[in-house]
Amino acid sequence: MTDAPTTRPGLSELDRPNSYIGRAVPRPNLKRLMQGRGQYVSDMSLPRMAHVVFLRSPYAHARILGIDSAEAAAMPGVIAIVTGPELAKVCTPWVGVLSHLKGLKSAPQYPIAVDRACWQGEAVAAIVATSRAAAEDAAERVMVDYEELEPVADMRTALDAATPVIHPELGDNLAFERNLDAGAVDAAFAEADHVVEAEFVFGRHTGVTLEPRSILADWNPGDERLTVYQGTQAPHMMQNIFAKHLALDESQVRVVCKDVGGSFGIKVHVYADDMATAALSKLLRRPVKFVADRLESFNTDIHARDHRCKGRAAVKADGTITAFEIDDLTGIGPYSVYPRTSAIEANQVVNLVGGPYTTPNYRARARVVFQNKNVTCQYRAVGHPIACSVTEGLVDLAAAAIGMDPADIRRRNLIADDAYPCASPSGLRFEALSHHAALDKLLAMMDYSALRAEQAALRAKGIHRGIGLASFIEVTNPSPAFYGVGGARISSQDGVAVRMDATGAIICQTSITEQGQGSEALTAQIVASMLGVPMSRVRVTLGDTDNTPYGGGTWASRGAGIGGEAALQAGKQLRRNILAAAASILQADPDTLDIRDGKIIDAATGAERVPLEELARIVYYRPDTLPPGFQAEMMAVRHFVPRDFPFAFTNGIQASWLEVDTETGFITLLNHWVVEDCGTIINPQLVDEQIRGGVVQGLGAALFEHCRYDERGQLTNATMADYLVPMAAEMPDIDVGHIVSPTKDGELGAKGAGEAGTAGAAACVANAVNDALSPFGARITEIPLTPELILTALGRI
Amino acid sequence: MIAPTPITLTVNGETVAAQVEPRIHLTDFLRENLGLTGTHIGCEHGVCGACTVRLDGEIVRGCLVLAVQADGKSVETIEGLSDSGALDELQAAFRDRNALQCGYCTPAMLLTAHELLARNPTPDRATIREHLSGNYCRCTGYQAIIDAVEIAARARAGAKS
Ligand code: FES
Ligand code: FES
Repeated sequence: MTDAPTTRPGLSELDRPNSYIGRAVPRPNLKRLMQGRGQYVSDMSLPRMAHVVFLRSPYAHARILGIDSAEAAAMPGVIAIVTGPELAKVCTPWVGVLSHLKGLKSAPQYPIAVDRACWQGEAVAAIVATSRAAAEDAAERVMVDYEELEPVADMRTALDAATPVIHPELGDNLAFERNLDAGAVDAAFAEADHVVEAEFVFGRHTGVTLEPRSILADWNPGDERLTVYQGTQAPHMMQNIFAKHLALDESQVRVVCKDVGGSFGIKVHVYADDMATAALSKLLRRPVKFVADRLESFNTDIHARDHRCKGRAAVKADGTITAFEIDDLTGIGPYSVYPRTSAIEANQVVNLVGGPYTTPNYRARARVVFQNKNVTCQYRAVGHPIACSVTEGLVDLAAAAIGMDPADIRRRNLIADDAYPCASPSGLRFEALSHHAALDKLLAMMDYSALRAEQAALRAKGIHRGIGLASFIEVTNPSPAFYGVGGARISSQDGVAVRMDATGAIICQTSITEQGQGSEALTAQIVASMLGVPMSRVRVTLGDTDNTPYGGGTWASRGAGIGGEAALQAGKQLRRNILAAAASILQADPDTLDIRDGKIIDAATGAERVPLEELARIVYYRPDTLPPGFQAEMMAVRHFVPRDFPFAFTNGIQASWLEVDTETGFITLLNHWVVEDCGTIINPQLVDEQIRGGVVQGLGAALFEHCRYDERGQLTNATMADYLVPMAAEMPDIDVGHIVSPTKDGELGAKGAGEAGTAGAAACVANAVNDALSPFGARITEIPLTPELILTALGRI
Repeated sequence: MIAPTPITLTVNGETVAAQVEPRIHLTDFLRENLGLTGTHIGCEHGVCGACTVRLDGEIVRGCLVLAVQADGKSVETIEGLSDSGALDELQAAFRDRNALQCGYCTPAMLLTAHELLARNPTPDRATIREHLSGNYCRCTGYQAIIDAVEIAARARAGAKS
C-alpha cells in the first residue's frame, strides 16, 4: 500500500522505460466523438432497413382480450404488425434465474406480452414500418381490448394473503429470500450499551443513459447470419442469448457494439424489445431497427434500488460496534431480469452491509418480491449504495447515541490496514484494503477539524451545514463466482490479441468494451508499454464478436483489472516474439535486446539496433533471409481470469459538506471528497473521472432521482422534465485522492473504479443532511432527500 | 400526414433544398435526411440539450424547431463547426481534460460552451456551470467539462493577446 498514485513498488514490468502506465494520457478515441463522427447505433442505417415501434400496455396489469390491427396494417409504409403469440413462434421465452441464488424463481418472459401485460410499458404489439414516423402513426390505430387486473403496486403488501399472486404458477410473489446469521448477534445486542435502529427507504431510480437503448438487427437469409448492432456492455453474452432463443448456432450470430451513449449497467441486460427486434428481423428477413424514445426508456429501461431496509446496530459505550442486523425488502417488477437476475442486488446488500467494519456479528434477511411495475436489475454499484447507506447511517446513529465524533467511531471500527487477508461475516474475502489510510487522507484533504469549527461558527449564525462521511467497499474484477457458477453463460474471462503489422504498427483486439470509461485507452496504454512503442502506433478494436477474442465485456468494474491484465500478458508475449525475431536477424541473444520507442535496442546500452518497421519488413517480405527453421510469430493472444480471489475488493471513503436551507428545505452541495483504492492506477485521469461521474450519479439518487409510481402501478414522472437528474449548476467540485494497494491476482495489480463513486455518495450526503439537522432533533433515512422530506422532518409542513 | 413542403436552407455553408413533412423537427431532418448524425437526440422534449445546433448563429434545441422553420436560414452543426476550426481550443481542452466519456452529450456541450465564450471570454466556474445547465451529461459529473471550458477560455485569451 502506498499513498501516491503513480508509484508501484516492485512492479518492474509496469515501470519499463517510456511506460504509459500511471500517466494521464488522453484517450485516442475522443476526436471522432467530439467532431460528431462517432457511430452510435441510433446513427446507423442499412439498406432495406425497417423501423419497429412497440405498442405498450397502458395498464400495470391487464389481460389482453384481443388486438385489432386491420386498419393499422393497411396504412402506408406499414410492413407488419406482430403480436406476442406470433413472435413467440420465432423467439422462445426466458426465465431469469441462476442456480447459485437458491430458491430464486421467476416466470417465463416473452419478447412481446402473451395474453397478459404485467407492467405499464410492457410491449403488446410490434409495428414495423418503413419509417419510425409511419410506424408511430400506425400504432395509434392498433386497437387493443384489455381487461384491467388488480395490480400489485406496494411491495410491503406483496406477500400478504389478500394480495393477488402475479404468477399463480409460482405460488406467491416471493422471488427470492436470503437469510444469513454470522457470529453471536443476539448476545451482542443483549450486551450492547446502546442499540440504534432505523428504516432506510430508497427511491426506485434508473440510469437515464443519454442515448436511449438502441438496436439494429440484420438477419441475412443469404448468409444465414444475424448481425446485431447494439449498444451493449456484453457482446458475447448477447451473442449466446440471441442464438439460444432464435434457434441459431452461436456462430450464426455476430454482435457489433460501436459507440455507446452511456450504459451504467442499463445496457447489460436482456430486454424484451431487443429480443423482439432480432426476432422481427428473422421473421421479416430484413434489417429492423429499434431506438427507445425517452418515455419508453423510463418505462422499460431497468430500474433499480427500490428498497426498504430495516437496520439495527449494537454499540458499546467505548464506540465499539458489536453487531449489525438488517431486514431488507425490495420490489423487482413482474419478472427477474434475464440472464443476470434481479436477485443479485438484494444479495449484494446482504453481502456488503457492515463490510468495512470489524464486527463478526451480523444477521440479515433479504426478501425480493414481484410487483406490477417495471423490472429492476443491476445498475451501477449494484446493491452498494443500499448497503453503504444502511451501514453508514447506522454508524452515525451509533456515534450520536454515545456522543462520539463520526470520524472517531469509524477509526475505532474500520478493519485495520494490517489485518489482511481477512474475511467478512458474510464470507467476502479481502486481499488488501486500506480503510484507515483512506480515512486519514480524507480527513486531511477536507481539513476535517477546521470544517467542524466552521460548521459550529455558522450554526451560531443560523446557517445549517453538515458533514457526512461514508466508508465503503466495492466489488470489482468478478470471477465466475458472480454469474458463471450459477449457470449463466457470461464469461468472466477476457482475452486480448496483439499483432504487429508489416509497418511495425500494433493492432490489438480486446473482448472488453467501451462505453466511455476508457477501455480503448487503457488497453493501448498497457500494450504500448509492454511493447515499448508509442501509443500512437497502437490501434485497438473492441465490441465485435467476429473480431475480438471471447470474453465478458465491461461491467462490474472489470475492464481494467481483467481486460487490462490480458492486455499486459498479450503485450509481453508479443514482445518476446518480436525479440526472438530480432535476435535471429541480428544474431544476438534475445535477452540482450529490448524494444524502446518503436526500436529494437541493445538492452544494456540503449543503442539502437533496428527499428520495428525494418524488422517487420524483413519478417513479412523477406522471411527467406531468416535462419532456416525460424518462423516469426507476430501475433500473441492471452486470456485472463482472476483465480486467487472471487472478487477484488476495493475500498474508499467519501465526505460531503453541504448546507440545508431550513426555510425552503433546499440542499446546496458545497464540496465532496473521495479517497479510494483501486490498486494500480493505469491512467489517473480516467480513474478520477470514473469516480466523479459515479459520485454524481449517486448524488442524483440522494437528492433528485425517483421513479414515482401511483397506487395503480402507473409511472407518473416518465419525462426528463419530471424525473430530475443532476445538472452542472447543482453539482459541486469533487476532490479525489488515492491509496494504492495493488492486487496480486495478476501482474498489473489493477482493481476496478467504476462504481466506487456511486457506492458511497448518497450515504455521505444523507449523513451530512442529518448532521446539519441535528440541532433540530430531525433525522431522515430516506432518499431522495427532497425539500418536502426535509421540511416534513423539520415539522414545517 | 400533411404533404411535404419545399424548404431551402444552408447547412454548414452548403445550400440544401428538400421536401419535408411539416411535422419533422430539425434534428430528425439533419440526422435522417442529411446524415448529419453528430447532432444527437436524448429526449425530444426540449430538456436534455443533446440536439443543440446553431440556427442563424444562435444555439437552439433542434428537437423544438421544425425543419420548415429553418427555411431560408443557416444551420451549423458539430460537423461543420469542427471542420471550420471554430471549436479547436474547446476540443483540445475537452480531450486533454477527458471532458467526455461516452461522448453523446459532447457535440451539444461544445456548441453551448462555444456560445458562452463568444459572449463572455473569461467566465468563472459558476458562470460556466450555469450556462451549461441546460445540457445533460450522465457520465462525467460535469467537473471535467467545466475545467475544459475554463482551459479553452484561457487558451483563446492567450491566442488573442
Ligand atoms: S433531444 Fe432536444 S432537448 Fe433533448
Ligand atoms: S459523456 Fe456521456 S453523457 Fe456526457
